[in-house]
Amino acid sequence: MHELIVIGGGPAGLAAAYGAWRDGLRKILIIERDKELGGILNQCIHTGFGLEYFKEELTGPEYAGRFIKLLQTTQIETALDTMALKITRSREVHASGKQFGYAVLPAKSVILAMGCRERALGSLGIPGTRPAGIFTAGTAQRYINIEGFMPGKRVVILGSGDVGLIMARRMTLEGAEVLACVEIMPKPGGLLRNVVQCLHDFNIPLYLSHTITEIRGSKRVEQAVVSKVDEKRQAVKGTGFAVDCDTILLSAGLIPEIELPTAAGIKIDPKNIETSAPGVFICGNALRVHDIVDNVTTEALRAGSAAAAFVLSEKIHD
Amino acid sequence: MTNIICIICPKGCNLIVSENGGTIGHSCARGEIYGREERINPVRIVTSTVKISGAVHSRIPVKTKTHIPKHLISDAMRLLDDVELTAPVDEGFTVIADICGTGIPWVTTRGM
Ligand SMILES: Cc1cc2nc3c(=O)[nH]c(=O)nc-3n(C[C@H](O)[C@H](O)[C@H](O)COP(=O)(O)OP(=O)(O)OC[C@H]3O[C@@H](n4cnc5c(N)ncnc54)[C@H](O)[C@@H]3O)c2cc1C
Ligand code: SF4
Repeated sequence: MHELIVIGGGPAGLAAAYGAWRDGLRKILIIERDKELGGILNQCIHTGFGLEYFKEELTGPEYAGRFIKLLQTTQIETALDTMALKITRSREVHASGKQFGYAVLPAKSVILAMGCRERALGSLGIPGTRPAGIFTAGTAQRYINIEGFMPGKRVVILGSGDVGLIMARRMTLEGAEVLACVEIMPKPGGLLRNVVQCLHDFNIPLYLSHTITEIRGSKRVEQAVVSKVDEKRQAVKGTGFAVDCDTILLSAGLIPEIELPTAAGIKIDPKNIETSAPGVFICGNALRVHDIVDNVTTEALRAGSAAAAFVLSEKIHD
Repeated sequence: MTNIICIICPKGCNLIVSENGGTIGHSCARGEIYGREERINPVRIVTSTVKISGAVHSRIPVKTKTHIPKHLISDAMRLLDDVELTAPVDEGFTVIADICGTGIPWVTTRGM
């Protein structure tokens, strides 16, 4: 039986496993559904990671690489291409993957580090057609940076979260024209540094207190209608203007990925790495959305230590 | 006087830099240096990807090893258009040795 099973091999999962190892646990397994460790960092090829933790400005893959190397100095096991399907309050992990088919793995402690996902168009309620050419910013990031194809040429970005800002620059560098970044709130959603180096540097206009009020196009996106909004975030009639574009990227926020604990009736308090189930911990973007990966690492190391303390104290009680 | 938002760390301080390079508004020494430099010679680290064959993915990420002048960004990007690597490649591998006479290379940011 494992002393610790970590679900998710992003920066949170890696640091959590390492923290537990450092504090004395020896039978640790990381379950990751992707083909490789590193999580979202693999597609975040820009710099801006590690300033706090490593005192260096690293790219996402470099930051992940540091932890993957650190893990190689331990005997922490990893199961790639493996999906955790279910967990129970009594710390059983149901997983399916190449390595062991479908298995029910009991563990003395579990750390949830599944990250987050992006809010999709359905939840935004924009009228108009639903042609091809609408992507979340993170999906576009994966297409360009990992799979190597461009989702479009004339782009409007809805929302000004960090992912959207980073993609405005990325698509510009790859030869696309980013015509507008449209934000419903009176201030940008992402970090100021990203507004500067991703929009200002490339003269991309940012429309604050604006939103897309209609999407036009039959097969492919042809136009986005951009309108001003009032203090109540309602579109102001007569302010709309049409932008000719073939692509709309959505950068409208991230939601923690917590289906697994929710289905098990495990309660989560976004301020606390402990869950309502003893011995089950949660950290990283699955707990709450973090802007800075360094904070994810610090929190995850703490979760690893907490899991180790839990397992080691149970041992004494046995 | 020039208004500059510091991009060194997520805090994003508003800097005011005078003609002689004197800076106010920074919260730390790095910001002071940044403000002075950004006014006369803005530089950036640029990141992108190049083609790779025989690897888990079809692109491998790269960066300019250090900051390059901002006005060279699009020329630097163009250098990558025809590059194609073959796995295995280490992290830190030199993809292009000299970006537009700066002596700064494009290097990979992971092994693959
Ligand atoms: C586009 C973008 C840009 C960013 N830019 C910066 C930046 O410049 N600087 C900075 O410091 N931070 C940045 N961040 C934030 C930082 O990268 C994240 O906060 C951090 O990666 C979160 O780590 P995580 O491990 O919680 O989640 P993730 O990296 O998302 O990892 C979660 C992992 O869990 C796996 N998983 C999920 N569910 C299961 C399951 N059921 N079974 C098995 N595996 C599962 C996933 O495949 C994934 O690998 C950025 C984030 C994004 C999205
Ligand atoms: S001045 Fe210092 S604290 Fe302020 S943004 Fe720049 S680096 Fe960060």
